Amino acid sequence: VPGIDALPVLAIIVPVLVAVGLIGFGALVPRVLADALATGTAGLVLLGLLVLAAGDGPPVRVSWLGGWLPDAGGGVGIALVADRFAAGLAALAAGLVTVALLYSWRYLESDESHFHALVLLFLAGMIGFTLSGDLFDMLVFFELMGAAAYGLAGYKVEEPRSVQGGLTFGVVNSVGAYVTLAGIAVLYARTGQLGLAQLAVAVGGQPGDALLLFGFALVVCGWLVKSAVAPFHFWLADAHAVAPTPICMVFSGVMAELGLYATLRLYTVVFEPVLPEAAMQRACTVLGVATTVVGALMCLRQRHLKRLLAFSTIAHIGLFLLTLRALDPAALGSAALYVVGHAGVKGALFGLVGLLLARYGSVDELDLHARARGNRVAGCLFLLGGLALAGLPPFGTGLGKALGELSAEHSGLVWAPWLFVAVSSATGAAVLRAGARVYFGAGPAPADSADSSGSSGEPRTSGADEERETEGRLPRAPRAMYTAVLTLLAVGLAVGVLPGLGSSVAGAAADFGDRAGYLHAALGGPPPTALPGSVASLEWTTSGWWLGLLSAALAAAAAAAAVYRRPLLRLVAARWPVGTRRRIVRPRSPWVRAAAAPLRVLEALHSGHVGDYVAWLMVGLAVLGALVVLPV
Amino acid sequence: VSGYAYGVAGWLMLVGVLGIVRARDLIAAVVSLSVTQAGSYVLLLAVGYQRGAVAPILGPAGAGSNPAAVVDPVVQAMTLTDIVVSATVTALLLALVIQVAKRHGTVDPDELRALRG
Repeated sequence: VPGIDALPVLAIIVPVLVAVGLIGFGALVPRVLADALATGTAGLVLLGLLVLAAGDGPPVRVSWLGGWLPDAGGGVGIALVADRFAAGLAALAAGLVTVALLYSWRYLESDESHFHALVLLFLAGMIGFTLSGDLFDMLVFFELMGAAAYGLAGYKVEEPRSVQGGLTFGVVNSVGAYVTLAGIAVLYARTGQLGLAQLAVAVGGQPGDALLLFGFALVVCGWLVKSAVAPFHFWLADAHAVAPTPICMVFSGVMAELGLYATLRLYTVVFEPVLPEAAMQRACTVLGVATTVVGALMCLRQRHLKRLLAFSTIAHIGLFLLTLRALDPAALGSAALYVVGHAGVKGALFGLVGLLLARYGSVDELDLHARARGNRVAGCLFLLGGLALAGLPPFGTGLGKALGELSAEHSGLVWAPWLFVAVSSATGAAVLRAGARVYFGAGPAPADSADSSGSSGEPRTSGADEERETEGRLPRAPRAMYTAVLTLLAVGLAVGVLPGLGSSVAGAAADFGDRAGYLHAALGGPPPTALPGSVASLEWTTSGWWLGLLSAALAAAAAAAAVYRRPLLRLVAARWPVGTRRRIVRPRSPWVRAAAAPLRVLEALHSGHVGDYVAWLMVGLAVLGALVVLPV
Repeated sequence: VSGYAYGVAGWLMLVGVLGIVRARDLIAAVVSLSVTQAGSYVLLLAVGYQRGAVAPILGPAGAGSNPAAVVDPVVQAMTLTDIVVSATVTALLLALVIQVAKRHGTVDPDELRALRG
């Protein structure tokens, strides 16, 4: 196809130009036109990226911006590198943005087109970050994506929570970006290069000294902040709780995952020969387990529905890290399928929560109890989403989970499948519990006081007086919003059932992991001699299917136990002697307190205080540095 | 000299972070963020510095007799680029602080209780 080489550049420039136009002429553009223009642009970008991702040209497409080439004479140049894997991830970003814009047609009704412009800038930042083949360029796109995202998170400027969450998000992520910049400076000082391929050549001949590894830790730190890996994760729940719903879809579905992608990119292209695989695996294990456990526990404790989904995203980020731990193409492909499936399912759940907000003016599980009983369809979709999140076959989340279990187990973590099952069913159970209460009025109406006392008696974040994102109360859900939700759920399902998707993703992942191929495409020179290893098949396995069913069943059981806790306890306790009954069943009994103590500590750590979160960032940096630099 | 510059860079970054952690005022936190950022710029410039070298302004003939004797322009370009990006971010954050002050009636992060747990 002629002109296909221009697609990576166009995918970044076109959204920026349209955004600038929308800001410049925003006052003249009617809302309908702004909607059509923004959605159309995102859709076009999606098409272009899909062509790149599915195209059967060279596996790695390199375009040197402005025609500046780093020739043998030491010239300088900045490359965009679009392999099929990167293009596919960028296409996921464009797809989610398209759906989010579609969702906001009737949502966020106001005459401003700032929103559309910000979303398009955000998209350009994400695509640029994904396709860039240059470390400093990545940082610039990272900050572009960040600045647009801070603005979007704090978009509801009249709402107290919204501005606080946006500010926290901005400060924590900016500190992360400056740490990354310092890391880039360290790597540049050591090697004199910024391009990933050039860095790889410069680093390849050197022993992996501590300075290089320290630089790697600094660079990756900022990206893991974006990925909300514990203990960098605190900002994510705050940002998700306050951002407009369509933005939450993009934050959760792809923005956080981009940090993991960039880490992997830097590792496979540059640091594979320098950083021992065992050290990288150790980092993945420690950070992955911490992230997933913290996310799952906090998810179960939430009553604010968006916050609940946000912590479930954190839990899944941890699972993605554990999936990637094997650091081979199969792991990469598994994680990619998991990410796409998760993006669809989680986006649909956010969309349904947005519908609740539009109709009832609340996103609080306790406040909404039984209030949405009229919406059977939405309720069933919500429960289906919860089961899918737990890993119900044949959803993409289930396939990703099954492959992740396999990959983590093969990389040496024999207990990994059980952790996957526990975490998936915990996040699924939280969603099912909320869905059963809100849409079906299941269980006794939870008393606000008994369930809401968090750490030190302070109320937990409630979603009761959330600012509406629509003009007035919507009598029924607009068709555009339902279309968006159904599209996302269909994507989540399609990942698990489309035949052939697994093998093409595996092929793209093999190209991504092919270091020699990347260097050859970017810098020329001799073509790689060794062909990439055999392409793994990413298909359902019998054990994966059964473990998915098990997770979904566990999630349903746990949700039922949570909803009907009091009646169940009464039923059980009726068979016990009175003394035992008092001691065990009373909510303030020492047994219950002791069991809840670690949870209370964990909850208290999520203090909403930006200083605390930055302090944790420094702790995380120290841990990350130790994990990377210390010999295994 | 360069060891001193690296020391200053590290010190600025740490002091900035400490400022954010201990700030009793969100304006102070945002300014501390700028201090952190200044640390990374000092680090970048220190990386490109050479004793006795001139500014990297090259005519068509290059840098005269000794083309090696210019300080590294790449780090300067990086610093400038990042200053522009960060000016945007700082402005945005300060605007959010103003809204926090309006909506919460305080700019003390210890008193912001809307998001926790």
